[in-house]
This record gives sequence, C-alpha cells and structure tokens, in this order.
Amino acid sequence: MKIHEYQAKEVLKKYGVALLQGKVAYSTQEAMQNAREIGGSVWVVKAQIHAGGRGKGGGVKLAKSNDELRKHAETILGMQLVTPQTGPEGKKVNQVLIEEGCAIDHEYYLAAVLDRDSGRIAVMGSAAGGMDIEEVAARTPEKIVREFFDADEGLQGFQARRLAQAMGVPSALMTKAAALIQGVAKCFVETDASLVEINPMVTTKDGKVIALDAKMTFDDNASYRHKDIEAYRDLTEEVPDEIEAKKYDLSYIKLDGNIGCMVNGAGLAMGTMDIIKLHGGEPANFLDVGGGATTERVTAAFKLILRDPHVKAVLINIFGGIMKCDVIANGVIAAAKELKLTVPVVVRLEGTNVEKGRDILAKSGLKLIPATDMTDAATKVVAAAKS
Amino acid sequence: MAIWVTKATRVICQGITGRHGGFHSARCLEYGTNMVAGVTPGKGGQKFDKDPDGNEIKRPDGSKASLPIFDSVAESVRETGADASMVFVPPAGAADAILEAADAGVKLVICITEGIPVMDMVRARKILRSEYPGVRLVGPNCPGVITPGQCKIGIMPGHIHRAGDIGIVSRSGTLTYEAVHQVTQMGWGQSTCVGIGGDPVNGTNFIDVLEAFNNDPLTRAVIMIGEIGGSAEEEAASWVKSHMRKPVAAFIAGRTAPKGKRMGHAGAIISGGKGTAADKMAALRAAGISVADSPADLGKAVKAALAAREVAVAKH
Repeated sequence: MKIHEYQAKEVLKKYGVALLQGKVAYSTQEAMQNAREIGGSVWVVKAQIHAGGRGKGGGVKLAKSNDELRKHAETILGMQLVTPQTGPEGKKVNQVLIEEGCAIDHEYYLAAVLDRDSGRIAVMGSAAGGMDIEEVAARTPEKIVREFFDADEGLQGFQARRLAQAMGVPSALMTKAAALIQGVAKCFVETDASLVEINPMVTTKDGKVIALDAKMTFDDNASYRHKDIEAYRDLTEEVPDEIEAKKYDLSYIKLDGNIGCMVNGAGLAMGTMDIIKLHGGEPANFLDVGGGATTERVTAAFKLILRDPHVKAVLINIFGGIMKCDVIANGVIAAAKELKLTVPVVVRLEGTNVEKGRDILAKSGLKLIPATDMTDAATKVVAAAKS
Repeated sequence: MAIWVTKATRVICQGITGRHGGFHSARCLEYGTNMVAGVTPGKGGQKFDKDPDGNEIKRPDGSKASLPIFDSVAESVRETGADASMVFVPPAGAADAILEAADAGVKLVICITEGIPVMDMVRARKILRSEYPGVRLVGPNCPGVITPGQCKIGIMPGHIHRAGDIGIVSRSGTLTYEAVHQVTQMGWGQSTCVGIGGDPVNGTNFIDVLEAFNNDPLTRAVIMIGEIGGSAEEEAASWVKSHMRKPVAAFIAGRTAPKGKRMGHAGAIISGGKGTAADKMAALRAAGISVADSPADLGKAVKAALAAREVAVAKH
C-alpha cells in the first residue's frame, strides 16, 4: 500500500525524523489558513498524489507572497497532474501540502528497502539527491552507498554516521544526519514498510538536516497489525477495478492490451500473459482467481474483465488441481449466462475431472471456443481478438 | 531415491483443524503420504479422521485414516517420531509455527501459508539459520514438495504426477503443475517436485534444490521455473554454470509484467529496474541453461536439453 507524502511525514515524525512545518489542505482557503499558522513569508505548495516526479508536472510551487500562495493552491488543487509516473491521463489532485520554505544547501538521497537475498534491511544513500535513483544506479552505481542491518538489532549509530559520511554530509551536520537516518531505519522495521524513500534529504543554510520529501509503501500482508496506517488508504488513488477485485479475493491488475485473461495461480497467470504476447497478442489484464474459484468468484472475475471496453476476446486458462474442472466449467457457464457474452471466449481446462469439464462446456450451448493446451489457446484467442 | 521426502518421511500437519489444513491433510493421506499426526494448540486429544466436509478419509490400501491431534509439535514428535511438518497455520501465527517445529526437532518444515508479513519471515529465517541450522524450511507461500508415488506434502494435485527422473523446482504453483503435466504427457516422470514459493523471503532457494538434484542419482535433468522479482534466478544461473552436472531447462514468468506492480505473488515485482524477466533469461542462457520462450514448451525444453547433453557426451 502507498500513502501520501504528508501522511508519510506524520509517520516519520513519530520516529524523530526532522521535518519542515507543514499542513495538508483540501481547499485554497484552508491552504491560506495553514500558511498563516506556519508563519514566515515563503511557502511551498505540494500536490499530494501517489506518484513521483510531481515537480516536473507543475505540482510543486514556491510561493513568496499570500497572492502567489493563493494562485498556486487554486491552480494545483483539482488539477489533473501528469508526471512521468502517472501515465498520460494524469492524476487528480485532491489535497496539497503547505510547507514552510527553507534555504537548501545540498540535496541527498536516502532510502530503506529490504534486501531479499540476505533478509537484512539496506539503507541506501547518495550525494545525488533529488534525482531519480534508478538513473543514479544505472549511470553511477559507485555513488550509492549502503549499510545493512538486522530487523531486531536495528541500525547502529556508527553505521548511520558512516553512511552520512560516505554520502558526503559535512562533519558539523553528521550527528543530525545520523539521527535522521536511524529514525528512518527504525520506522521501516516498526511499520512493516517495504520502502521508505527520502528524496531529497537536505542540509540547510542554517545548519539543519531535513527530510524534504517522503515516500512510503507498506507490506500488505502486515496491514492487519497497523490499523493507523491502514486508515491512510486513499481509495481515489487506486484503480477502481482493482479495489473491486480485492472484495472477491481476486488478484487483478489492469494492463493495456485487448485480450482478457482469467487464470488460476499467479505464475500461470503471468505465463498466460507471456504466451499471448508470444503469439502476437496483448493481454488486457493479469487476473489470478486463486485456488478456490467458486461460481461467484468466476462471475466476479468475468465481470471485471468484460467491464474493460478494450477487451476483444477472453482467455480462460485453468489448471484444475484442487479445483475440479467440472466445478469451474459450471462457474464459467453460470457467469457467461448472467453476463450475456458479446466477445469470443477461449477456454482451456486441464487437470482434475477435465473430461467432465469439457463435456459440460460443449453441451452448454454457449459459444465458447475450446482449446486443448496453452499454445492452442493462445493461438485461438489471438486470432479471435483480431477478427 | 529422490530428494528430501520419501515413503519413510513421517509427516505432521500444523493447523490440521483449519479448513485448508484439514482438506489437504485428507488429500495427502489419500495419496499415501505417511502422515502420523496433526497439531493444533488447544485441541490436543482429539482425532483427525474426517475431512472438513465430514467425509471419512481412506489411505490407498483402503484403510480408514485416523490421526491423533496434539497441542504442540514437541508432543507429536515425542509420540510419533515425526520428522517433517506441513504448515497451514494462518499468516499471523505462521512464522511462530515454523519456529515451533524447528525447536521440536522437525528437520523439514514445509510452509504452505500465503500472506505472512515479510518482517516475520525475515526474523524467522534469521533464527532458523542461527539456532537451527540443520532444519530445512521450504516456502512459505508454496505448493509443497512431492516425490511421486511416495510422499505428497502440500496442495498439488497428486494424480498428475508420475514417478520418474526429472526434478522440478519452481517459485509458482500452477505453473509447476503445467510442467509436471507436460513431463507426464511425454511418458516421462518426476523424481521430486519442490515449490520454493512466491514470497520475497523464503527458506529454500533454487540453489539448495539444484544442489540436491545434482547429488540425487535418480534425477537425470531439472526443470526450473522462475519469475520476475529479486535475483534468485541470476544466482542460480551462476551456481549452475560452475557446479551443475545435469542438464537444466527453465522458464521465467512475467515477461509482459509492468514494473512496480506486484503480480499476485508478494515477491513478483520489478522494482528499482531489477528483477526483469529479460535479465533473468539472459543470465540463465549464459549459464548454458535451455530457456523456453513459452510455458507450453517446458517438456520439450528439458527433452532438448537432455538430447544436447547426450550428443555432447557422445562427441567427447
């Protein structure tokens, strides 16, 4: 799960991470009020959406007067913000963060992630802050420095100082930087985060070390023990069909192609997308109906797939192991009847009770195209989508 | 021979009174797995003799199955001599269940549970490695391990398997069944199939399984099924290059997956530009592994890999 910058900062604040004064606003009026409360004469208006590159799309503006602040808040609130990460349609901005301004001396990059292979947490830093870390990693990997730690032991003070030093933080600010880094590390472990990214972490002219931006994502498997973070979930940021899918325990991801897929198992679902592409087609989605596909779930999955207007054909690929093919066949028929199919549907069933399943489909009177194996299924569905 | 599980393996199920634990324990018993007990804290003294739908369970010889249920793994080991556990405990308690089994002296712990918090697995794995180095954990979030005709521990459909000499190791469940099916359709069979699971932090990796297959006299060739995310396939490739004496065929799922999206499995995500299918396939090919472009060609790929090896040996 992703959360907004202002929410991530609320979480980080609890771990002593140094931040600028700031407050979220849902209207221009509220933005003005926030600026008055914060005080000073320079503020930054920051669009709050779940995507990076906001500055590039005009979603982050500096205001040096009340008039500028009003103007920026009016422009940004409600705008359809397009950034390199949002796709061409952009994302609507429903709230802005108003923060006090600061005189930046240098920008650094800081992040905590899990190192899957060692099972340790990696804290990564770089003197090249504000840049896209993937770019830094690709171009100048030697500029990224790392420290690793065990979840229960935490990041030690000397490790945090060593990282700060390697990042190039000046000696006078090393202790402050180390405190911030340790806060980020502790926060990562205790909140079951999968990413904490501070890009940039800045040193200021008046000698502070501050998390200027903050991005956090969390392990969905652990959400049951973090009700406070779960409350930050912003449904307007999620794909509506993906939310609907979760209700039925379906794993669904919308893609750009025109061949809808319904598959059991994540690996087979990916493999099905791959084989469609291999035969010249484009998958419209990833959809794993899971191990116990009941009629209700198959129907829900069908509805999701057919709701996408780009879908020109559907491929159902089920390897019935524990799930019996006759049960699946009945589910497919019930769903097909309820939904009045308008696109061709290719069905490939294999596994337990496969003969029964194929027989049920053949006798259903529905225009389902049977396929014998994955290659046959892919060939048929690609042809059907093109005709 | 086969790896890790045979007819002699004495299996318990942790979480046997739950819906999934009960259902799959019944299927394992029907397959012929030597299951000896179940464990559910608070239900010690009860019997497991019906599946969750109330049906009696019959072992392949026709005898009715009835397993004692214990409050703890330690008791089950003491009373039955169990040496392997199949874990179906729900996510919040699964890491604890794994450690309980290890502490009780169970040498092989196979965790089927999906949805365990990553941080729980990070901790559990660390404790396993430092305190219980002789314990093998397979999974979590995996279909299990099967040696056809001998022992099935997990949720895979038993009947698609056939005893043979192809070893299979995979991060995915249903894609493994696909490979098994193709091998069986060719008239061949499997020595052992190991699902290592789709989570980012797991107990057994590709290299562990490849090494076991390498040392197993019965296994003639291996099918390895990977997917996007992490770097386990790349590491396996480099291990194969320097150590593997048997032909390996592979498939990597997720070539069409968009980056930054979690494709069903918690571990199947391309992040920071790492973990793409293209990188993995290139690494595998560079290690001399026969990589199938299509998941429908896994059987053919292993056959071709074996044929190529025989030609090479003949020339030698």
